Amino acid sequence: MDKKGQLLSISQVALILNVSEKTVRRHIQSGKLISKKIGGVHRINKSDLDHFLNPEKSFSLNDLKAEIDNSFPRENQEPDGPLVDKWSTHKSKIKLVNPANKRLIDIIVVGSGLAGGAASASLAELGYNVKTFCFQDSPRRAHSIAAQGGINAAKNYQGDGDSVYRLFYDTIKGGDYRSRESNVHRLAEVSANIIDQCVAQGVPFAREYGGLLDNRSFGGVLVSRTFYAKGQTGQQLLLGAYSAMSRQIGKGKIKMYSRHEMLDLVIVDGKARGIIARNLVTGEIQKHSAHAVVLGSGGYGNVFFLSTNAMGSNVTAAWKAHLKGAYMANPCFTQIHPTCIPVSGDHQSKLTLMSESLRNDGRIWVPKNMEDVLAIREGKLKPTEISAENRDYYLERRYPSFGNLVPRDVASRAAKERCDAGYGVNKTGEAVYLDFASAIERYGNEKAQVLNLDNLSKEEILSLGRKVIENKYGNLFQMYYKIVDDDPYFTPMQIYPAVHYTMGGLWVDYNLMSSIPGCYVAGEANFSDHGANRLGASALMQGLADGYFVLPYTIGDYLADDIRTGPISTETKEFDDALEDVKSKISKLMKIQGERSVDYFHRKLGKVMWNNVGMARNAEGLNTAITEIQKIRTEFYSNVRIPGESNELNPELEKALRVADFLELGELMAIDALNRSESCGGHFREESQTDEGEALRDDENFTYVAAWEYSGNPSKPKLNKENLEYKNIKLVQRSYK
Amino acid sequence: MNLTLKIWRQKNPNEKGKIVSYPVKDIDGDMSFLEMMDVLNVELIEKGENPVAFDHDCREGICGMCSMYINGEAHGPDRGVTTCQLHMRKFKDGDTIYIEPWRAKAFPIIKDLMVDRSAFDRVMNAGGFVSVNTSGNTIDANATPIPKEDADKAFEAATCIGCGACVASCKNASAMLFVSAKVSQLALLPQGKVEAKERVIKMVNTMDEEGFGNCTNTGACEVECPKGISLENIARMNREYLKAMILK
Repeated sequence: MDKKGQLLSISQVALILNVSEKTVRRHIQSGKLISKKIGGVHRINKSDLDHFLNPEKSFSLNDLKAEIDNSFPRENQEPDGPLVDKWSTHKSKIKLVNPANKRLIDIIVVGSGLAGGAASASLAELGYNVKTFCFQDSPRRAHSIAAQGGINAAKNYQGDGDSVYRLFYDTIKGGDYRSRESNVHRLAEVSANIIDQCVAQGVPFAREYGGLLDNRSFGGVLVSRTFYAKGQTGQQLLLGAYSAMSRQIGKGKIKMYSRHEMLDLVIVDGKARGIIARNLVTGEIQKHSAHAVVLGSGGYGNVFFLSTNAMGSNVTAAWKAHLKGAYMANPCFTQIHPTCIPVSGDHQSKLTLMSESLRNDGRIWVPKNMEDVLAIREGKLKPTEISAENRDYYLERRYPSFGNLVPRDVASRAAKERCDAGYGVNKTGEAVYLDFASAIERYGNEKAQVLNLDNLSKEEILSLGRKVIENKYGNLFQMYYKIVDDDPYFTPMQIYPAVHYTMGGLWVDYNLMSSIPGCYVAGEANFSDHGANRLGASALMQGLADGYFVLPYTIGDYLADDIRTGPISTETKEFDDALEDVKSKISKLMKIQGERSVDYFHRKLGKVMWNNVGMARNAEGLNTAITEIQKIRTEFYSNVRIPGESNELNPELEKALRVADFLELGELMAIDALNRSESCGGHFREESQTDEGEALRDDENFTYVAAWEYSGNPSKPKLNKENLEYKNIKLVQRSYK
Repeated sequence: MNLTLKIWRQKNPNEKGKIVSYPVKDIDGDMSFLEMMDVLNVELIEKGENPVAFDHDCREGICGMCSMYINGEAHGPDRGVTTCQLHMRKFKDGDTIYIEPWRAKAFPIIKDLMVDRSAFDRVMNAGGFVSVNTSGNTIDANATPIPKEDADKAFEAATCIGCGACVASCKNASAMLFVSAKVSQLALLPQGKVEAKERVIKMVNTMDEEGFGNCTNTGACEVECPKGISLENIARMNREYLKAMILK
């Protein structure tokens, strides 16, 4: 309870507002006035009443500071001992469940992507009864499928000095020293197993002529450790996990619930014991119980409306867990990916990524001279007509040692910097060039030499080079061509940063358990491994590591105490209450019947997020965002229009339920960003930069995980800090110069 | 541009559906086909009508969710793309566009343009995998070299996105291209060869049970496949199947 606050009854509030009690109740019902039920009667916090009267008042960090509790209320369960031994020691000490007892235990997995799919398959193989939920029509369609570039593993097949330590070090440094050492080291350790496992499943990775696996390099790294399958690595890995799931579905060990969406988490005696789900085809609201719940429900980039996420990607499962007590950690850490196809108009529904692997061969530039920029925008000049000395290869200029391969956050900000300075190249001024001309020529010459072809014309050499590029990136070039109608083999691609991934997510301990006992979180949905910025090709690694190699061990430690529990009944008050809550939320939304479509509010929210909680943030913008989001939320609950019925297939209702949660999450992201007044990784605070305009971290004050706890009011979260201790790595300012 | 859309509307699996005509205005050539559908839907919602239900998710041609039969072709007139990658610049002002769901006995209609493709999942459950448990102790990934040519062919077959355009395009509603892509991928790789015989028999049997038709080599599937999965795979599956039946 708010110590400063004073609790008021409905009649007192009615008196203060000079309205009837009925009106007060209506405001409470509509969500505009926050009240708590204490002993069955409404009590309104004085501060919530002030907020109701004056919602425009900007968010104050001082309010927040009063709520800060300095002792972190959860153990992170990190094992003792030297870093390199932690995982193996932990594995040998944790409790196991014997095979006969695993049959008595049910696990719910929400999401069928790399994390959820891999976890479902592995847990079923172990003998648990798994129920897996996904909102798509088949588990094979989870958005992991769209990951393009590759997956990292410390195999050192190239003999270029890679090692588990180096992958660990690169990941911590790339994440700008905001992730837990022990988790990241474990990730690096199991990375090699992932490649072995996937090859054994029949994943067709790219190979060399000798039949061995090929590697490429990725941003922020000085070795080649990325395994890939053309530009469709995510697809191939996901189909691998899907095939492992298919095998278990065929055996009856996984019961698959496609076209089902989780709408609440059910807690019984303080433990996660089930979910409430909606059958998206019939609209039926169902109760499902289990001994543990695993959320592998992905990231929340769609809070920005325009992102590279799939249209259906959402935060709902994670957010419902948050509302039930799971901490949301570092929600402001959003990754803005540097190489996406620029926005073309207001109709745009999503953004398309061009794999970062393109930066291996593409050079990024804008014109040096303003007159060239203007001529290009007017269509009077083609980029290929600008000579080399009139081009500004700004990444090579600013970061000579990493050049075009700087980490994503650095590349994105550099593009924004040039475009803000007026050098952006398309009609909107928000695009830079990614140029393959040098690579095409280089490969062409190499190929001609290999084939012993002298006296080739320049055009013949280029044509050889284009074939090499086609082999490496063919599908990406084709995708670009189809969308933009411009052929990147002959003219540079245009790219601009876009929201792509969210490093923040539900807080988990070393065992991947959230702050709710029995609720585990894997993959992008958790916060654990990427700190403030994720390196390329690390998301696939983390999703599969969590699902295949971490959860199957750590969940046993918890479930070992549940072997005598027996099936969890859904005929209890907890399940019934959760079911009723979901039903009443749905009927409340359906009753509004306002004038605007769900997308109208989603776009509006996205604009606020992109402008104020995007690539660069400052206190003023963040305060504006907080007020704006509150306004959009109020408008949403009074003016959204959802056609059709709730007991039928209703895509607009699905969207409305997701956007309702984004409207709360967005505010928390802004609050988190406001609280973190340092710059780090994907979070650039304009107030905290070096003289050269590079991000300036504040290790003294911010070497912690901000784990936000829901307080009953989305505008008043409670901040818990888990301090990050670096025992093996020395914190330094990142430099890619 | 201004267009006339003739769209299949069907409230649920049990009710009869019909083609309904909708005009749309000011469509930009840079819009994707689905963004054009979004424009129509927002208009319908704000008028108080029911929007058109259609499947879609990634909108970048890889999830395989979108599934529209446009002017008599799966994924419309462009080649090598899914509906979400089809752009309105492929149409011209004044065009009338017919939009229907996939039509096949094995893909019952759920609502409007959405169909139930779970039969594909059941074919996969029957054998579309390598029987290997997750242990982390499989042999090293480079212990078995695979000729690049085989690996590349396996990859090409593995790029199938399971959208069902092959079934929708086939006059027999056959799923041979889909099933053969998985059979081929795994038969080409040493890891999948071990259980190749069992796999092809189980997958083909399930395919038949699900009510997909037979292949009569017309090749429409290959033409309409957004990922360019080759008919060669069907030949390879037939070979695998024959081999398996003889050696059974």
